[in-house]
Amino acid sequence: MEKDQDKILSDVTTGEYKYGFYSDIEMDRIPKGLSEEVVRIISAKKKEPEWLLDFRLKSYRHWLTMKMPTWANLKIAPINYQEIIFYAAPKERKNLNNVDDIDPELKKTFDKLGIPLEEQKHLAGVAVDAVIDSVSVKTTFKETLAEMGIIFCSFSDAVKEYPDLVKRYMGSVVPYTDNFFATLNSAVFSDGSFCYIPKGVRCPMELSTYFRINSANTGQFERTLLIADEESYVSYLEGCTAPSRDENQLHAAIVEIVAEKNAEVKYSTVQNWYPGDKEGKGGVFNFVTKRGMCKGENSKISWTQIETGSAITWKYPSCILRGDNSTGEFYSVAVTNNYQQADTGTKMTHIGKNTKSTIVSKGISAGHGQNSYRGLVKVLKNASNARNYSQCDSLLLGDKCGAHTFPYLEVDNQTAIVEHEATTSKIGEDQIFYCNQRGISTEDAIGLIVNGYAREVINKLPMEFAVEAQKLLQISLEGSVG
Amino acid sequence: MLIINNLKASIEGKSILKGISLEVKPGEIHAIMGPNGSGKSTLAAVLAGREFVEVTEGTVSYLGKNLLEMAAEDRAKEGIFLGFQYPIEIPGVSMVNFMKTAVNEHRKHKGLEPLSASDFLKMMRDKKELVEIDSKLANRSVNEGFSGGEKKKNEIFQMAMLEPKLAILDETDSGLDIDALRIVANGVNKLKRPDNSFIVITHYQRLLDYIIPDVVHVLYDGRIVKTAGKELAIELEEKGYDWIKKEVENNVIA
Repeated sequence: MEKDQDKILSDVTTGEYKYGFYSDIEMDRIPKGLSEEVVRIISAKKKEPEWLLDFRLKSYRHWLTMKMPTWANLKIAPINYQEIIFYAAPKERKNLNNVDDIDPELKKTFDKLGIPLEEQKHLAGVAVDAVIDSVSVKTTFKETLAEMGIIFCSFSDAVKEYPDLVKRYMGSVVPYTDNFFATLNSAVFSDGSFCYIPKGVRCPMELSTYFRINSANTGQFERTLLIADEESYVSYLEGCTAPSRDENQLHAAIVEIVAEKNAEVKYSTVQNWYPGDKEGKGGVFNFVTKRGMCKGENSKISWTQIETGSAITWKYPSCILRGDNSTGEFYSVAVTNNYQQADTGTKMTHIGKNTKSTIVSKGISAGHGQNSYRGLVKVLKNASNARNYSQCDSLLLGDKCGAHTFPYLEVDNQTAIVEHEATTSKIGEDQIFYCNQRGISTEDAIGLIVNGYAREVINKLPMEFAVEAQKLLQISLEGSVG
Repeated sequence: MLIINNLKASIEGKSILKGISLEVKPGEIHAIMGPNGSGKSTLAAVLAGREFVEVTEGTVSYLGKNLLEMAAEDRAKEGIFLGFQYPIEIPGVSMVNFMKTAVNEHRKHKGLEPLSASDFLKMMRDKKELVEIDSKLANRSVNEGFSGGEKKKNEIFQMAMLEPKLAILDETDSGLDIDALRIVANGVNKLKRPDNSFIVITHYQRLLDYIIPDVVHVLYDGRIVKTAGKELAIELEEKGYDWIKKEVENNVIA
């Protein structure tokens, strides 16, 4: 780890967004705009069954009655839904069992992102589902996993091959009426990953989904559903990037997790959507609903997120602790540099007895960035002996950025123990000078200090991604101290 | 090694150093003593490159180069080490990682390859032994939760790791008990070579029982008012600083 860190520090020579390239892939796009017709076209393109079309239409009609929420501590330019393309997919998608069937341009794109689609080239022990714009293009290690009964495939494939599982669980954690963006997603969602871990199985490798927005003026609306049956375990990771563009792009996703009795799910995110340029032009609007249900006794869901990208982040990965003795965790590092804004946090709802939740949030603001933590800890009447520990730290670089904390508590049971700690600190000139005096440059010193500050969260990531995350933190903050 | 000529410096417009001249040759240990507020730490800050101190006049030449034009990290890599009076805490950054970054920056500057993990750990072990430092310190975050004494010992350990040509120890003895003081002094004595030099800034004479200086300077009101051999330190300990103050005032009157 220490060695990797050195490599990272020396690797980093430029603060530019590295993933801002655009690939010229032949695409199948539908006309821009949103209507009932568009919802039907998406469903038809994906050759969906009637029940799914009905779900979409019901969602769309409900969405028309909703207004965009304004409670977040974010300044958002109006979004014109008629200017967005809701479906774009690489052309000529055959049944891809062989890597050679993939458009070479597409393969090159993922190679460039460091996500080779050939299994033999990939990091050992990581299975990848690669999603570009509206569709999944390749899932690796599918067969290896299938031998253990693990289903890991694109959401679209799951609809075709495992309709009963999809029907049973889709919308069970995030109902289609949940919120403005979740409802929009329910109407127009394109693709995403589906994962089912059968009873008693420990998934032997990291599962991951890599999301890439490529096409201009296109929104990405992916949907991920992850089910861990009794006594099972899975660690799952998602990564995201997008080309640099002057226009804002919309991303509104849903992730639903269900953990049955004694199951454990670790869900990690390294979010690096295009953040916009130094003047705040462009960047992805990231509105995501992520929620896990600890349905069975002793189940556990753990969210870890490293949020360095996006112009706007609106995201609250949450846990519903329904099973007795279930555990929810949320570990977050959110960086806002230049003109980025983030309003992120979590919601822990304690329903079962002896339920436990832990929240560790580390905000880092630089430039003109605005970073808000928003969290709700809710203990219901019957949740006796519920415990929560929350820690919200903010780190400020410079004097033009902001850090805000909005913790909410609703406790309806006398036996609950809820703790909240919060700190705000600045990277001191003294700390930087101390590093300088030992021969470490200011840029490297900031990387070191920030990674130290975020270590508690980074340590929760799987090893390969921890290294990636450290690198990202350093790059995201480059040039933030003049 | 180091030639300071008529150095004047101020902090936020207030003049602190009022014309300091000093020469340190290779292999020498210089002690700078003086009452509180005389400008000792400001001098150390100027030499290490702190930006809040503004140099208004004078020159500092280090190994033939204009020191005042160099960035703080370049001064460090050229062999200047400052032992901090108040070492800084960096939470979450392990000493191992911190030192490895620093050592490899020094190596890069000299055109050397970075040390391998095992060579580095061996180096840490050797140096820890040399300066008699508890090996657990190295596994903790930089100075975080260290006692005052541990912080100071940690400065000496870092000095041993970085092998500076010119080490400036800014009141490294303040707040130390006698055992810690001995460890700090032994560290300096073991690291002393004919080709490196030390500037030991101290308020009290007792550190100089363990570190024998070649030259003792007394700094008062931003000027060096007296320079002599090690016996000056003993005289100061006996008489305090008042006689120096009186002498200076009399001179001004005369």
